[in-house]
Amino acid sequence: MPTVYVNDTPVEIGNGKLNCIQAAGLGGVLVPSYCWHEALTVVASCRMCLVEVGDRKPDGTIVMQPKVVPGCQTPVKDGSVIVTGEYDKRNPAVAPLNYPADFLKGGKPGERAKKSQADTLEGLLINHPLDCPVCDKAGECKLQDFSYKYGRSETRMVDDKNTPPNKPQISSKITLFTDRCIMCTRCVRFTREISGTAELTVTGRGHHEEIDVFPGRPLENKLAGNVVDLCPVGALGSKDFLYTQRVWYLKTVDGVCSGCSTGCSTHTDTNKDIVYRLRPRVNPQAQGHFMCDDGRHGYHFANSGERFLRPQVKTDGRFQAASWAQVTPQLKQDIGAAIGQNPGGVVVVLSPFLTVEEAFLFATFFKGLSADVRLALGPVPVIGEDDRYPKDVKGQPVEPVKFTIRAEKCPNRRGVEAVLSHFQGSVIPFADLVRQDLAAMWFAGGYPFKEHLEAAFPADWKAPSLLVAQDLFPTLLTASAKYVLPATASFEKEGTYVNHAGLAQTFPRATRPPQEARTELQLGFDLLGRRGLVQTATIRAEVAAAIPLFGPIGGAVVQNGVKVGT
Amino acid sequence: MPYEPVLLARINKPDSPKLEGYRADGGYSTFERALVDLKPEQVVAQVKDSGLRGRGGAGFPCGLKWTFLPKDHPGPIYLCVNADESEPCTYNNRILMEKDPHQVLEGVMLACYAIKSRKAFFYVRYEYGDAFRTLTAAVNELYAAGLLGENILGSGFNLDIVLHRGAGAYICGEETGLIESLEGKRAWPRIKPPFPAIEGAFRKPTIVNNVETLACVTQVMKRGIDWFKSLGVPPDPKNPRDAGSYGPKLYTIAGHVNEPKCVELPMGITITDLIEQHGGGVWKGRKAKAANPGGLSMGFVRADEFHMPLDFNGPGRFQCLGLGTAAVTVIDDQTSMVDVLHNTCQFFAHESCGQCTPCREGTGWMEKITDRLRRGQGRKEDLDILIDVADRIGIMPGTTICGLADGAGWPVKTAIRKFREEFEGAIKSGEKSKYAKTLRVVGAH
Repeated sequence: MPTVYVNDTPVEIGNGKLNCIQAAGLGGVLVPSYCWHEALTVVASCRMCLVEVGDRKPDGTIVMQPKVVPGCQTPVKDGSVIVTGEYDKRNPAVAPLNYPADFLKGGKPGERAKKSQADTLEGLLINHPLDCPVCDKAGECKLQDFSYKYGRSETRMVDDKNTPPNKPQISSKITLFTDRCIMCTRCVRFTREISGTAELTVTGRGHHEEIDVFPGRPLENKLAGNVVDLCPVGALGSKDFLYTQRVWYLKTVDGVCSGCSTGCSTHTDTNKDIVYRLRPRVNPQAQGHFMCDDGRHGYHFANSGERFLRPQVKTDGRFQAASWAQVTPQLKQDIGAAIGQNPGGVVVVLSPFLTVEEAFLFATFFKGLSADVRLALGPVPVIGEDDRYPKDVKGQPVEPVKFTIRAEKCPNRRGVEAVLSHFQGSVIPFADLVRQDLAAMWFAGGYPFKEHLEAAFPADWKAPSLLVAQDLFPTLLTASAKYVLPATASFEKEGTYVNHAGLAQTFPRATRPPQEARTELQLGFDLLGRRGLVQTATIRAEVAAAIPLFGPIGGAVVQNGVKVGT
Repeated sequence: MPYEPVLLARINKPDSPKLEGYRADGGYSTFERALVDLKPEQVVAQVKDSGLRGRGGAGFPCGLKWTFLPKDHPGPIYLCVNADESEPCTYNNRILMEKDPHQVLEGVMLACYAIKSRKAFFYVRYEYGDAFRTLTAAVNELYAAGLLGENILGSGFNLDIVLHRGAGAYICGEETGLIESLEGKRAWPRIKPPFPAIEGAFRKPTIVNNVETLACVTQVMKRGIDWFKSLGVPPDPKNPRDAGSYGPKLYTIAGHVNEPKCVELPMGITITDLIEQHGGGVWKGRKAKAANPGGLSMGFVRADEFHMPLDFNGPGRFQCLGLGTAAVTVIDDQTSMVDVLHNTCQFFAHESCGQCTPCREGTGWMEKITDRLRRGQGRKEDLDILIDVADRIGIMPGTTICGLADGAGWPVKTAIRKFREEFEGAIKSGEKSKYAKTLRVVGAH
């Protein structure tokens, strides 16, 4: 097994092609960096990741390079020796390597790297305004963090700083605080390599260099928001999030984006049960490092004031608010009666926004009432075609594809389909029964965009006499329903989504549902008449036991999800 | 006996840039002979054995560079001619291109034959409009005469020379910066490895050579190794890594001398001799105070160090970076070193490409400090800060991608170390330089 020595400690690196930053990371040593990013090309220009490197020869002698090298650009191989600026914090239990005398003449191991990193930080701060108190990045800023950890406490700079004007006009979604930029060029490389749209560029030279767009070509592509995450400092800011929250108030929970069937892994940042920001979470199995702007800004519906907040029952043509304690038995009675009369005329629609666990509980409940009740898959919104990146100058996708925004704008078609196939052997698409004359319909929706739902209904659609509509927003469906139940957004529930490629990702709850809304899982639990608290993990285990496809998700939650199909 | 110039032998002849004139002086016969009699490997061997070192600044052995190309590469292999001569006070390439372009072009053709390149890119800096036009005419003549193009002189050797006019930046003279610029990108030097010989222009193996080096290639092939080695300074026997400083060299003399000019001399002349014998002495009867041995980026020497030989090893012994372009800039004793240093810092801050943090911020910072010094607002600690910044930026400490930062740091640290009393005096007196603009308010941050 190839082994490298990170601050004297042997670390096995496997067979991957790694650079010094990655190899040190395997040994638990952080090598700070700004310009280097796993998904982008190496430019080795920020000079924050400087390390001392050498080789351990088979006979045990060490040969070291006399100068510091950028860790990001230096590949490691069997026997590589890496000495970082934090050499003095190495594991004291490990015997130090026998560094050659000519190397030690230039200073103790790690001294050169440490000084170079402190020098780099001093350089970066020469023209960086110290406006942290009003900067949105403060608290999650790499320049703050690294200055604190690796920098010097005082600057020797007494001259005027450069103060280039800000550029809020570079994009409708993103603003540029030019003076805070440290020229790592991650954003420029992102638009060239990942989105392919190449809107951003570097203008000027030397310390007057700036990030800018070309005249008349603002940064407007569907992946643009990622440059804000890539920016290690507060130069690029998302206009959506700007000045809404200080980041140290935010609670971050892992999530899965419900915007399309790619199912990007996300960080959901919330405070006091309000979602403020979504950021991509690195998941090589799902989407990689990034996410699209539709998904990123697609959380606003959850904070909307138009949402249903409590159950409503239509009496004498008017909706009356009701409590769950009233509604649940009433629902059971009405739907039971309808099934008793004509089980074949009762349809339960499970939308692709439900989690696997929710769909499973609903299906269990209704199939338990009568095997003749039909379960259907809710309308699957498909908007346009899959949007693949990077794009060339003409907007055509280029191979290899690095990011895809899928046309299927729902997170869990495959999961709900698997549940439906398990219970009735086949999946009935919603289009097959939208024109049928039905006795009763239970519609478990949860569509964030009501136009996606309403597009599936013909203009002359006639509602069945008993319609139970569960959704987030008022639609033509809820207007003709007898019972309107509030649905919950993906942030408000815990569960599992299966993406387009069969990746089942289980995610925890990020916020509590508003007011009296209850999760679909709780409702299914109540309908089934089960007692105690609803535990998603218990139900997931039940799903895994019942449906062989979901066998792998029954146990402990796997961070990046598990493949349950292809 | 005065030295008879070889590289500059034809520059004062009428019609020296014309093909007819060049052929009348025996031009292209070397190339024609090489095509028939010599294998490419033999040309490489002859250049390598001559000990010709690159004239662009770093002094890397030219033939050795050629051997770094991958063996049996299916091609294409490119030659880039570095005519982006931007080092302050340097104009030796310009004279060659404007007055004797065919000598350079023959060198290009020989080099291409040696490295099996079918295409050469001639990167001329934008400001050299005359050189560009002269070269264009010369290349057109060569195509018309069948010396360029397909199947040259029936030998089966094809060669195209593409003239490219740069868009003006000092950094385009760095070989990978030049390649990036040639590819139509921002001239940001590339990280190495891979070196251009493995992956250069358009991701193909590429050799980048200086104009004067290629003119020397012509003469090495024409006159032979013995002639070349009869000139210059042999290697230091005590230093096994020294490749010697053989051959003729174009020296340019600029600054405060009576006759600024470009002269060709065997390597190893001293600065004193250069000024007195060729530059007509220091102007206005004054005395010299300092000089740059080879372009601004090599650092400064004091007048008492003028016995320094201008070969590849000499400047290093006097704390300078190297020979550089062998452009000697003389500074007289009535010029303030504070002003000179500020001018230097301003140049490098302006020309830093801005890619690596230490150089981008370091050059800017040094400019601001020296600007403050000449306003009479210097502080004692500023000199140490300047030396510290100058010491830590560059490819030698390992903090930048290319050597521009070394060139920016060297003049600063040599100036302050060698003229410290003058700087300290200026700080103490608080006198404002007559060249300084109106004062700005300087405050702490």
